[in-house]
Amino acid sequence: MNLTLKIWRQAGPKAKGEMVTYQVTDISPDMSFLEMLDVLNEDLNAKGEEPIAFDSDCREGICGMCGLMISGKAHGPEVTTTCQLHMRSFHDGDEITIEPWRADAFPVIKDLVVDRSAFDRLIQAGGFISVNTGAAPEAHSVPVPKPRADRAFDAAKCIGCGACVAACPNASAMLFLGAKVTHLGEFPQGQPERSARVVKMLTQHDLEGFGGCTNIGECTNACPKEIQQDVINQLNIDLRHALQQMT
Amino acid sequence: MTTTTPETTEIATGPIHGLYTEGDPVADTKAPDVPIAKMWDQRKFDAKLVNPSNRRKLSVIIVGTGLAGASAAATLGEAGYHVKSFCYQDSPRRAHSIAAQGGINAAKNYNDDGDSVYRLFYDTVKGGDYRSRETNVYRLAEESANIIDQCVAQGVPFAREYGGLLDNRSFGGVQVARTFYAAGQTGQQLLIGAYQAMERQVGAGTVEQFTRHEMLEVIVVEGRARGIIARDMVTGEIETHLADAVVLASGGYGNVFYLSTNAMGCNTTAIWRAHRKGAYFGNPCYTQIHPTCIPVAGDYQSKLTLMSESLRNDGRIWVPKRREDCDKDPREIPEEDRDYYLERIYPSFGNLVPRDIASRQAKYVCDEGRGVGPLVGDFRRGVYLDFSEALSRMSKEAVAEKYGNLFDMYQRITGESPYEVPMRIYPAVHYTMGGLWVDYDLETTIPGLYAAGEANFSDHGANRLGASSLMQCLADGYFVLPNTIRDYLANGPFPKVSEDAPEVVEARAAVEDRITRLLNVQGERSVDSFHKELGQIMWEYCGMERTEEGLLKAIDLIRALREEYWRNVRVLGSADTLNQSLEKAGRVADFLELGELMCIDALHRRESCGGHFRAESQTEDGEALRHDDEFAYVAAWEFAGEGAKPVLHKEDLVYKAIELKQRSYK
Amino acid sequence: MAINTSSLTRQARASRTTVFMKILMAVSGALFVLYVLVHMYGNLKIFAGTEAFDEYALHLRTMFTPILPFGGMLWIIRVVLLVAVVVHIWAAFTLWARAQGARSTRYVAKEAAKRTLKTKWMRWGGVALVLFIIWHLLQFTIVKFNVGSENAGHSAGALVVSSFQVWWVTLIYLLAMVALALHLYHGVWSASQTLGWANTARARRAWKATAHVLAYVIAVGFIVPPLAILAGIVKG
Ligand SMILES: Cc1cc2nc3c(=O)[nH]c(=O)nc-3n(C[C@H](O)[C@H](O)[C@H](O)COP(=O)(O)OP(=O)(O)OC[C@H]3O[C@@H](n4cnc5c(N)ncnc54)[C@H](O)[C@@H]3O)c2cc1C
Ligand code: HEM
Ligand code: HEM
Ligand code: SF4
Ligand code: F3S
Ligand code: FES
Repeated sequence: MNLTLKIWRQAGPKAKGEMVTYQVTDISPDMSFLEMLDVLNEDLNAKGEEPIAFDSDCREGICGMCGLMISGKAHGPEVTTTCQLHMRSFHDGDEITIEPWRADAFPVIKDLVVDRSAFDRLIQAGGFISVNTGAAPEAHSVPVPKPRADRAFDAAKCIGCGACVAACPNASAMLFLGAKVTHLGEFPQGQPERSARVVKMLTQHDLEGFGGCTNIGECTNACPKEIQQDVINQLNIDLRHALQQMT
Repeated sequence: MTTTTPETTEIATGPIHGLYTEGDPVADTKAPDVPIAKMWDQRKFDAKLVNPSNRRKLSVIIVGTGLAGASAAATLGEAGYHVKSFCYQDSPRRAHSIAAQGGINAAKNYNDDGDSVYRLFYDTVKGGDYRSRETNVYRLAEESANIIDQCVAQGVPFAREYGGLLDNRSFGGVQVARTFYAAGQTGQQLLIGAYQAMERQVGAGTVEQFTRHEMLEVIVVEGRARGIIARDMVTGEIETHLADAVVLASGGYGNVFYLSTNAMGCNTTAIWRAHRKGAYFGNPCYTQIHPTCIPVAGDYQSKLTLMSESLRNDGRIWVPKRREDCDKDPREIPEEDRDYYLERIYPSFGNLVPRDIASRQAKYVCDEGRGVGPLVGDFRRGVYLDFSEALSRMSKEAVAEKYGNLFDMYQRITGESPYEVPMRIYPAVHYTMGGLWVDYDLETTIPGLYAAGEANFSDHGANRLGASSLMQCLADGYFVLPNTIRDYLANGPFPKVSEDAPEVVEARAAVEDRITRLLNVQGERSVDSFHKELGQIMWEYCGMERTEEGLLKAIDLIRALREEYWRNVRVLGSADTLNQSLEKAGRVADFLELGELMCIDALHRRESCGGHFRAESQTEDGEALRHDDEFAYVAAWEFAGEGAKPVLHKEDLVYKAIELKQRSYK
Repeated sequence: MAINTSSLTRQARASRTTVFMKILMAVSGALFVLYVLVHMYGNLKIFAGTEAFDEYALHLRTMFTPILPFGGMLWIIRVVLLVAVVVHIWAAFTLWARAQGARSTRYVAKEAAKRTLKTKWMRWGGVALVLFIIWHLLQFTIVKFNVGSENAGHSAGALVVSSFQVWWVTLIYLLAMVALALHLYHGVWSASQTLGWANTARARRAWKATAHVLAYVIAVGFIVPPLAILAGIVKG
């Protein structure tokens, strides 16, 4: 199939960007979206134009490195990562706009590549259970009821891609944050730091310039790992508990 | 000691074609001379201690944030050393360990099914086809249980039973259930655990994190590793980082084949640069090829996706008997025209033959022109994995319960539903057992330079068992390295190295010069086109089946390709911004050198063992045939200089605790 | 080494977070919901005649007397509502400003703009509600100007009837009720989430349904009297 692509090009972090139109031809429906961009890049390279920069690594939907806003939808029209999106989701003659994640907390580095290091700092602020290597008790000394373990796992599936931020009208990272708080909060091991964790992570979240959440739910619709909105609910509860402990 | 079967096919014993020279043997000198079960305790006891107040003054660079690198960074950070951590992705959490699906082994014996440290040790050595080092593997088995404790304490959400305790499954053809797992995302969960532990140290200030930084050179001063040269991939700046010790945990190099289950960025640069600076490279040719991957769909393909091996439990593998049927709808091919070739050739094991056999047989039927799926080049590369029998036997719900998520993933990629049409699968490169040669302390032949995880030649011999790489990476990072490296650091802080020291200046200049050269070629062909061509050569001649003739041809082809590369590659853009072509260009340049060494290694090892199958060395049934009398050694290769022949150092493998046996599947 | 959990954010305080701000909004919003429910119930008394309505208005002022002076309870309600309004608006505008600053470069694709609809209707709808409330208070509480033709005297009921006989007054109320419905349609569910009452998929569905029902009931309940007056079903 043949497609018209409108792609954001931006030479560097401070440069002014613009949408540029490209045509691609003979795209196979079996290609992944990123392979389609690879083909375009080979083309550009042959013409002597600099290829379009975009992030990807595992290309199997688990590392969270890829992520494009495709015609206004984070990761495109399917519930999956950009790298797992295939061209059979498009039609011959389609016009596709491709933009980077937009959030001031995720500044553009080049073309479609953004800086998501804010997520690392959220984790640094408290997204962990403090246990030094060697200090762990025997694994079976703390049983965890299966429903709680399962809920923790569902939240822990987050791949840190940032689609939730990209899709949220407020550019809030609350789904990412809620997923982490829920994951660790479901475990007995996660209890001692529970209140401190949510307060520190939230403070960092606000400091990074993400928006506040107004429970819109676009994040969960965009999330390739289908993290549910109840993790945000959980985060709110944890914060309320933290408030109660304060007084 | 050897049990080579008498009906050995003849081994080609020609000259070694003047491709390499042989040097002195190497030895692992750090394993204490005590019985194997006491060795690791003894080593930890012997290792010198560092006073907590001195630790801050000691710095360690860790390249890589996969399971091995992140766990090491966290642990060394907690201990109070000054750690600098590097990765090429935008976050440490994205290292390719994240992609591991199946699970992690540990000798916990929670099921009381007869598991033990010794049995895990035994299974791993046997699984590695008796080409791994006993001492290291024993230690790995010993530490395995601690890993699970550590991960659980960090909040890794392993699968649990209703009683709240951890669930286990059996994996990779062993008879005990010792595999811990978190659905099909074990690697992800373990890595997030290690990543969080490391980020905690970043927050605490003991670990400094450098993301989007690619290590491009090791700095060796007075014979010791003292730092690295790295490129900030965002600004393009070439940075010098100095330290008292350097750890490489940069993962595997399966991408030398272009198509593999590895991530796009997996590379050999870190270890190859170290190799060029004097670190020996162990067993480069040992590669694991996984039989159940989604086949290549077209020339544009950028990577291959693994489908869990468990599918072979209920799926039946077949191809049409006749070539004419290959492009037909499989559902219209009658039973009598199908060739269930594994069931035919291996009646007792059927579809469950080991990975290497299943892979090779798939290649054979496709080479005969009976493969299925789209034509890629002149061949169809795929065989059917058919669930229709299971679907009529079990019920769709039961099949969905077991394999639903895999079927969905398959459908997303191929657009076909395995409930309706048979899946198509084909083998793909998956894991590299080779890597930097290390001793018992995980130290390379350059003092102060350590290698951990998939980047070292590791504990897996010629073949890695399922669920054992995650175990090795975490054992290395959490428990082994922090103990052994302290012995080295106890002799420090080493004299301060200045940024203008000639060795530093030289390393930096070499890096800058290479980048300029790559940008200045201004040729006709893209980096990817070279990478693809190299991959095809490697896959064809150094893949599932290797022959003397093919390998010789491959070496010539690679040399010619490398020569063309430096003459005809086109890298656009500049060095001082994010430049993904430039990044790739450097990696491919290194692959072009490594590929040749892999072929030489494969050529010199005139036996079949584990993942290394030499067509000249097989039993009548087509099974791998080892030659323990000649080849029971690790091949540690020394770089002898640009264009010079590599030097082979042998480390003899001594089996004291385990008896050598020929593997058999009958 | 001692366990060290210190991190980048040294002075983290729960009461300084955006989530705390949200909790304030939810609590004030919940007060509004309670208030409008009661108010709506009172308004429906108009169907029982203007006297009944006036009685109700009087009752509002004589509640808890003599513990409180005449009009005391009403004043308490007024103060609480006023504080709630200030807090609600302050929090709404702070979050609004934050969100503006969190994405200073917008998406080009139109699809993306559609996705911000809900936030827009909450915010602009809120502003519309405030404007409406100001108008409404001027009309019925503070100035009590009568746009209608009949003389209402001191009867609140008569004022109401006379006012809604004017078509454009009713239209303003109709539009305001649409804004209110939209605000509650999202607001009630949102408050349940903020207060942590929607922790399972089931609870989430239940709250969404509740929000829809409440929005509908309140809007319809409010608009029925004016429409009835305009249609001449309820007369002075
Ligand atoms: C699809 C798949 C499934 C698997 N399933 C299993 C399984 O079920 N069980 C099991 O035991 N094993 C499994 N494996 C194998 C296992 O996952 C890997 O061997 C292991 O995770 C490697 O970890 P590592 O820490 O050595 O390296 P990696 O996780 O690959 O990390 C490498 C790190 O090095 C960095 N790096 C590399 N080069 C440079 C450079 N030049 N400069 C700076 N940084 C650099 C990268 O940024 C990255 O952080 C699987 C592998 C794959 C591909
Ligand atoms: C059609 C719908 C409505 C009618 C007919 C109506 C009617 C009235 C009347 C008659 C009064 C004066 C009562 C008195 O002083 O005794 C009043 C007061 C008030 N109304 Fe409404 N109202 C309507 C909708 C609303 C809505 C939607 C809101 C809020 C969102 C609202 C908020 C108020 C407030 C805050 C007061 C002041 C109460 C006080 O402090 O005395 N009203 N309304
Ligand atoms: C200036 C006036 C107002 C503005 C600007 C305003 C704005 C907002 C905003 C931005 C929200 C958050 C949206 C969200 O959570 O998604 C909100 C929530 C809410 N509003 Fe208002 N609003 C106003 C008046 C009102 C009034 C008059 C009522 C009731 C009649 C009301 C009831 C609520 C409720 C119940 C919520 C839900 C609280 C929550 O989100 O947790 N608001 N409002
Ligand atoms: S919550 Fe979902 S969308 Fe957000 S970062 Fe995690 S996986 Fe991506
Ligand atoms: S879309 Fe945004 S507003 Fe909250 S529920 Fe999701 S973070
Ligand atoms: S590239 Fe890893 S998730 Fe898409």
